[in-house]
Amino acid sequence: MTDATLSLHEKDRSQMPIEYSTEEGDLRIVGFWIFLAAELVLFGTLFGTYLVLQSHTAGGPTAKDLFEIGPVMAETIVLLVSSFTCGLSTIELRRHNKRGLIGWLLVTILLGLVFVGLEVNEFYTYAVHEGAPLSRSAFLSGFFVLLGTHGCHVSLGIVWIIGILLQLGKRGITPVTARKAFMAGLYWHFLDVVWIFIFTAVYLTGWVI
Amino acid sequence: MKQLKILVKPVFLLLAVPVLTMLAGCSDKIAVLNPQGPVARSQYHLIIWSLIMMSIVLAIVLILFIYVLARFGRKNSGGYDPKDTGNRKLEIVWMIVPVIICILLAVPTVKTLFELNHPPKATAVAAKSAEKTLTIDVTSVQWKWLFRYPDQRIETVNYVVIPAGTPVKFRLHAYDAMNAFWVPELGGQQYTMTDMPMKLWLQADKPGTYQGRSSNYSGKGFAHMTFKVMARSATDFDNWVRDVKNNEPALTHEKYMKLLKPNTVKPQAFASYPEIVAKDYNKAQMDAYMNGESVGNDSMHGMDMSDDSGEGGKSND
Amino acid sequence: MIDSVKSFLGWFFVTGDPMIYGADASIALVSIGIVAVLTYFKKWKWLWNEWLTTVDHKKIGIMYIIAALLMLFRGGMDALMMRAQLTLPNMHFLDAEHYNQVFTTHGTIMIIFVAMPFIFGLMNIAVPLQIGARDVAYPFLNALSFWLFFFGAMLFNLSFVIGGSPDAGWSSYAPYAGAEMNPGVGQNYYLIGVQISGIGSLATGINFLVTILKMRAPGMTLFKMPMFTWSILITSVIVVFAFPAFTVALALMTIDRLFGAHFFTIAAGGSPMLWANLFWFWGHPEVYIVLLPVFGIFSEVIATFAHKTLFGYAVMVWSMVAISVLSFITWLHHFFTMGNTAPVNAFFSISTMLIAIPTGVKIFNWLFTLNKGRIQFTTPMLWALAFIPNFTIGGVTGVMLAMAPADYQYHNSYFLVAHFHSTLIAGTVFGIFCGLHYWWPKMFGYMLDEVKGKWSFWIFMISFNICFMPMYFLGLMGMTRRMYTYPAGLGWTPINVVMSIGAAGMGIGFALMAYNIVWSAVRGKKDTTGDPWNGRTLEWATASPAAEYNFAHIPEIKSRDAFAAMKEARAAGHAETVPPYKAIHMPNNTGIPVIMSAFMFIAGFGFVFEWYWMGIPGLIGVVACMIARSFVYDDHHYIPVEKVKQTEAATGRLS
Repeated sequence: MTDATLSLHEKDRSQMPIEYSTEEGDLRIVGFWIFLAAELVLFGTLFGTYLVLQSHTAGGPTAKDLFEIGPVMAETIVLLVSSFTCGLSTIELRRHNKRGLIGWLLVTILLGLVFVGLEVNEFYTYAVHEGAPLSRSAFLSGFFVLLGTHGCHVSLGIVWIIGILLQLGKRGITPVTARKAFMAGLYWHFLDVVWIFIFTAVYLTGWVI
Repeated sequence: MKQLKILVKPVFLLLAVPVLTMLAGCSDKIAVLNPQGPVARSQYHLIIWSLIMMSIVLAIVLILFIYVLARFGRKNSGGYDPKDTGNRKLEIVWMIVPVIICILLAVPTVKTLFELNHPPKATAVAAKSAEKTLTIDVTSVQWKWLFRYPDQRIETVNYVVIPAGTPVKFRLHAYDAMNAFWVPELGGQQYTMTDMPMKLWLQADKPGTYQGRSSNYSGKGFAHMTFKVMARSATDFDNWVRDVKNNEPALTHEKYMKLLKPNTVKPQAFASYPEIVAKDYNKAQMDAYMNGESVGNDSMHGMDMSDDSGEGGKSND
Repeated sequence: MIDSVKSFLGWFFVTGDPMIYGADASIALVSIGIVAVLTYFKKWKWLWNEWLTTVDHKKIGIMYIIAALLMLFRGGMDALMMRAQLTLPNMHFLDAEHYNQVFTTHGTIMIIFVAMPFIFGLMNIAVPLQIGARDVAYPFLNALSFWLFFFGAMLFNLSFVIGGSPDAGWSSYAPYAGAEMNPGVGQNYYLIGVQISGIGSLATGINFLVTILKMRAPGMTLFKMPMFTWSILITSVIVVFAFPAFTVALALMTIDRLFGAHFFTIAAGGSPMLWANLFWFWGHPEVYIVLLPVFGIFSEVIATFAHKTLFGYAVMVWSMVAISVLSFITWLHHFFTMGNTAPVNAFFSISTMLIAIPTGVKIFNWLFTLNKGRIQFTTPMLWALAFIPNFTIGGVTGVMLAMAPADYQYHNSYFLVAHFHSTLIAGTVFGIFCGLHYWWPKMFGYMLDEVKGKWSFWIFMISFNICFMPMYFLGLMGMTRRMYTYPAGLGWTPINVVMSIGAAGMGIGFALMAYNIVWSAVRGKKDTTGDPWNGRTLEWATASPAAEYNFAHIPEIKSRDAFAAMKEARAAGHAETVPPYKAIHMPNNTGIPVIMSAFMFIAGFGFVFEWYWMGIPGLIGVVACMIARSFVYDDHHYIPVEKVKQTEAATGRLS
């Protein structure tokens, strides 16, 4: 490994995207990637737990009994589109277009809110109408906690992006606000990837098995 | 003389081992080093083999340690060479030697592991009241041990009688907390669990009484979760079974329910047991049963470790 | 009304044991004393400005170490109480319930609230200095990590007097630790206290990973880093990948207990075995989280006092990398007896044995660093030297335990207990004491007394052997861990008596060390040079204690053992050109970390008692602090050139 490039002092930052244009921005973004790696382990552990417990339904409803294709597809499409609009916001960020950036971020969190609403509705249906709350069986405990953790992440992401929008509105695109918007984008894409795994490991296998 | 002080330590250590061995008294007090059956003996051989290998390793480290301190710890010792910062050949040597030691230890480890799946060879004529092998269902309850003889249809609490020289298959269950079933003189332990029955083969060479205990913490009365394993000759075992059947009371449903409460009880035996005992319900299943709900059994599909193939279970992560 | 208040108080406070009342009284007295002293000397402002709000890695390191020493005292008292109870058969010093709480808190405190924070403290102090940085990558996050650890530890310790302590063992195996068999708040304290400090640990891992990867002084390539920094880099990687699993495990058990989920319960398809897997998937790497850093400390100290460069530097690095990888594929050896098939046990037996190879290589490299050296027997060096034979005993018994069929005979017996104390005391504890004596002058600017230091070393080290060598035999005799008492006539008594004598000796050794700290604070020899040990790495190139900004000029690195090389160059008469001073960019102090962690403490306390009216506002407070922080833009300042000049002149470093 050559590490001369790791030494920050000689790096020419003028050619770099704005979020990387300060040493601090660079540091924060690297740290955020590592944080996402830790999040990956966190979700990995939850997935492992869910897969172990999937068949432990204790005589209660199974995945097949419970999951309906419609709401799940709606959630999936909404979140995938929000990931796309989030990507557009990053492009606007690179173009230093404050209005575009704010606009696409707004669309992203609105879609995020729709997703959270759909998910809350799904949970409510299962827990109240179908008589399948998290205390019914190990399978449902695994299901609610895995999806609930993802949902909490999305909700926290929404709060975070609102904070960033306020700062963007006040300060415009600076190295600091740019870095924050960029990191929130990374976070949003990450949650989207997690959802794809949820869709596969929870819903698809639930329908098939 | 500082370097002398340093020398005191390893010397002290070298002396400590035999001194403490003597302190511990004769080796029959050291249960693990005093195997009384084929399972414990195969583990004993493994332990002694590893002890020899590890003593060699320890000796090499100690000799080198004492040498470098004695040689280079003095104020005016010569031979100081700050340029001595590595030696590829030497480093390869002390990488390969541990690999060889690991292989020498791993081969018998794996061999013994597979052997322990199978019953030990009987060394005595089987008792009349038992087959060639004896099966006993063990259940740990906070804080007592229940032993059920499914073929003899008798039950004991906190002691178990086995025919010497006959392989005994202990099927291990837990009613509530996880415990571990350990009779050091006869062989190593296994956990008892609510969601996965387990199996442990043990065999005693000759008649005698061996101390068993739970080795996995399970709450307040854990330290008192001991039991005696009494190995008898085939005839004595038959007599004992007959004696229990004739003279001990029956285990009633009420008495069984009392036994399942968390408490400690005295050793006892029962001439018979109600059908519910043989179901091996865990606490949750028993609660459901008592409430008239469906008991359900989706504990660890295909993970029954009590079958003979020994292939049923696997790690679940 | 009065009766209901009375019954609430009787339930809320732990009652019935004179020892607890004694603890209540002493806690109250100490608290009042601290408040009185701070008020009398008008030190509240000083406390807030200099310590509670600091983001300086050196001060945070000192706070970590103070907290860890206090926790070591508590954990040690727990150990002494256990030894007192077990000295003779059928003792009635502690009853079963009390003993069960004591071994649980002993284990949890020693691992989570002593070993980890002590190491975090030492790495906070040494790593930025060793790599020539002005601070860590995220000073705010660093302060937050400390305060989360601190309040997590406080929450856990509160269980001693309020509500009742956990008693399911530090590994808290399900289903015993579940709500059904273990009702009450004790286990909640464990889950939530450890969770809060665990979040801090994860943040520290990320922080130091980035610090070491991105903030090294110019010229310091990865393979020119000091070995301690290397060990922290690798440890940080393990933290980042192991801790989230623990976070999840703790959270799942909390949800089981608070909201009636069925992850680890007996009922409704829960899997108690899953807990064991999740716990040890973190728990085994955790062992290396507390061992690799001390390997780094020993490497530094042995090289320094043998007056040689470390032998086989590259191999030392790669063996740590190998250990870190292997540490993730050995967790199952903690439950060989849980009914795994022979092939599974065989795999984990062999993967565990493989760890012996890189560890053995390191032992020999240390021995060959000593070889052809000029060995100087200082206190830190004594701890480092004692580590080699004592830790080797722990290592070889570890290999014995790795052999699954033999482990069936050792598992959960005192043989196992002796083994992990041989590694964790001879490794981690010797290591942190070694690091404490070694870096003490760098932290405070004066030395710990060598004579007292050596006495405390010899007493502690010999007592350790008296306590733990016999324990191996006790295990082979069939005594299992966590027994609160044992009957006479099993031949266990003489060994137990000897062990208790050893434990008392360790207590005396530690007390002497504490006395040495107090004595040296008053009369210790000042370190005016910044380099009292003739050190080899950069932390000795600056003043003791280092200025706020660490280095007035960031040094240029040309080789390993950078400071030793600089000194050689100086001795050879190479003149150094000193560029003019520049204003130095530093982060501002902030009160948000301590306030946010206090909210976390409130939330945690609420959830322990399932008082959601308290827990939820606490969490809202945490989120509010995060938002508040997000809006802080004015978070740094510049130290003007004049100030830098003054500071350097005061330490005699103005050239």
